[in-house]
Amino acid sequence: MASVFCFGSGVCTGFLEWFGNLGIFFWQVLKAVVTPPYEWRELIRQMDEVGSKSLPLVALAGAAVGVVLSMETRESMTRFGAKSLLPSAIVFAVIQEMGPIITGLVVSGRVGAGIGAELASMKVTEQIDAIEASAINPYRLLAATRILACILMLPLLTVAADAGGLLMGWVAQTLAEPISLHHFINTGFSGATLRDFLPPTFKTAVFGLIIGLVACFQGMRTRGGAEGVGRAATNSVVLASLFVILADVVLVKLILVVFH
Amino acid sequence: MATAYDIAMEQAEIKQDGGAPVVAVENLQKAFETQKVLNGMSLSVSRGETLAVLGRSGTGKSVLLRLIIGLDQPDSGSIRINGQEIVGLALDGMGEIRKKMGFLFQQAALYDSLTIAQNVAFPLERHRGEMSRSERGDRVEQLLAEVGMEGDLDKMPSDISGGMKKRVGLARALALEPEILLLDEPTAGLDPISSGEIDDLILKLQRERQMASIVVTHDLHSARTIANRLALLDQGNVVIAGSFEDLERSEIKFVKEFLK
Ligand SMILES: Nc1ncnc2c1ncn2[C@@H]1O[C@H](COP(=O)(O)OP(=O)(O)OP(=O)(O)O)[C@@H](O)[C@H]1O
Ligand SMILES: [Mg+2]
Repeated sequence: MASVFCFGSGVCTGFLEWFGNLGIFFWQVLKAVVTPPYEWRELIRQMDEVGSKSLPLVALAGAAVGVVLSMETRESMTRFGAKSLLPSAIVFAVIQEMGPIITGLVVSGRVGAGIGAELASMKVTEQIDAIEASAINPYRLLAATRILACILMLPLLTVAADAGGLLMGWVAQTLAEPISLHHFINTGFSGATLRDFLPPTFKTAVFGLIIGLVACFQGMRTRGGAEGVGRAATNSVVLASLFVILADVVLVKLILVVFH
Repeated sequence: MATAYDIAMEQAEIKQDGGAPVVAVENLQKAFETQKVLNGMSLSVSRGETLAVLGRSGTGKSVLLRLIIGLDQPDSGSIRINGQEIVGLALDGMGEIRKKMGFLFQQAALYDSLTIAQNVAFPLERHRGEMSRSERGDRVEQLLAEVGMEGDLDKMPSDISGGMKKRVGLARALALEPEILLLDEPTAGLDPISSGEIDDLILKLQRERQMASIVVTHDLHSARTIANRLALLDQGNVVIAGSFEDLERSEIKFVKEFLK
């Protein structure tokens, strides 16, 4: 019966095995997180690492999306005679979907590759074994701190992407047809509630979990020297981006059902 | 009430304990996929004893050390540290045992994001929280001086030579004053003078602290100097174990060839 769903049993068992190992890894990390000692210092260092390194990228990507969105929406809205809805359209599009997903993807690339490569090179040079040999739980010191940092920083980075997107969305508007930022924001947010904006922003914490978990998992299971390190970095990025997009589908539906 | 008989029994037990092996490996089997590496190996080390492990490249000496500190699990057999079975022990259970062990990796496995001094300070920060910063600094300097590395405290591991890394790794392994020392080729890549200094250090530790050591080495001269007992491995088993003279007297062809 299972073969109906699997085109090749090799691919299928490989896939199931990967998920099984990911689950075991996640369980190890969870166990380490809830028991002392807590790694506050390393957590703060990782939050800084994730936050400060991704902030300019995320804001820039958000800004670019804001401009594009602004130009294209203007075109279509004008054609259908709904130009007065333009600010709202941009605000909702940026905050509800573009900001979160852009942040998720940019961080998947920047942080996913970073964590994947860092942990992989520590693994192949036996540094992770050395941590374990000094009676320190590497899941707690290395994985838990990085995953938590991603979970905590993603919503903040999303706010930065949103801000960049709205600001440049407004700039693009006002270049085409002058409108004050104040007026743009006021009309854009009129009729909107926190319920519209908070869930999409906080759903990125789930993206953070996915990125951190996948990158740490890929890094810490690496084998095979320098080549393995490269592979771990690539796989971290590819799998993290893929799962972020897939999770987005589920989360959007979930938010629609729960909050509307 | 404790009778004279009880006390005598207790003392006898303590005496027996003192002579009991600190590390006892029995019938150890380990294979990687189809390749059998350890094939029913048994050996033991007592307090104040240094065992030199010899053997051709690829016979499983490093694998043996990794099994003893629990970084890998054997397929079967038993490993007892101070009488406690560690095969199958989870990460948390190994913690207390590992605090009593010092481990030097074959490639040193220094943390490459930390300086030399921070590498040696790492176990102290983790497990000697009661130490003040200046006490720790002094201890680190003293440890590095013992291995002849007092001049390079603030260098990064990537900026020192292979032999220097080995010495820093040894200083790190000694940081917690372990009862059991596991060294994977401590003098490989060192000049005769540095090598002699490391040998002297190991002898001193054995004398002063009654440390039990297992030292993997290709250096017959060093093995002869530091070890009370030598074990020669081949094809996953101990071919012969005994004093250097025992090995020299042996009629086994492999032993003769090895010592030639
Ligand atoms: N993780 C692993 N996966 C597969 N095979 C391994 C692994 N670790 C070790 N081996 C194999 O086990 C054998 C013994 O390796 P080990 O590193 O213990 O040799 P060694 O005796 O330390 O050699 P050397 O003196 O060169 O350091 C080798 O054939 C090696 O290929
Ligand atoms: Mg080796």
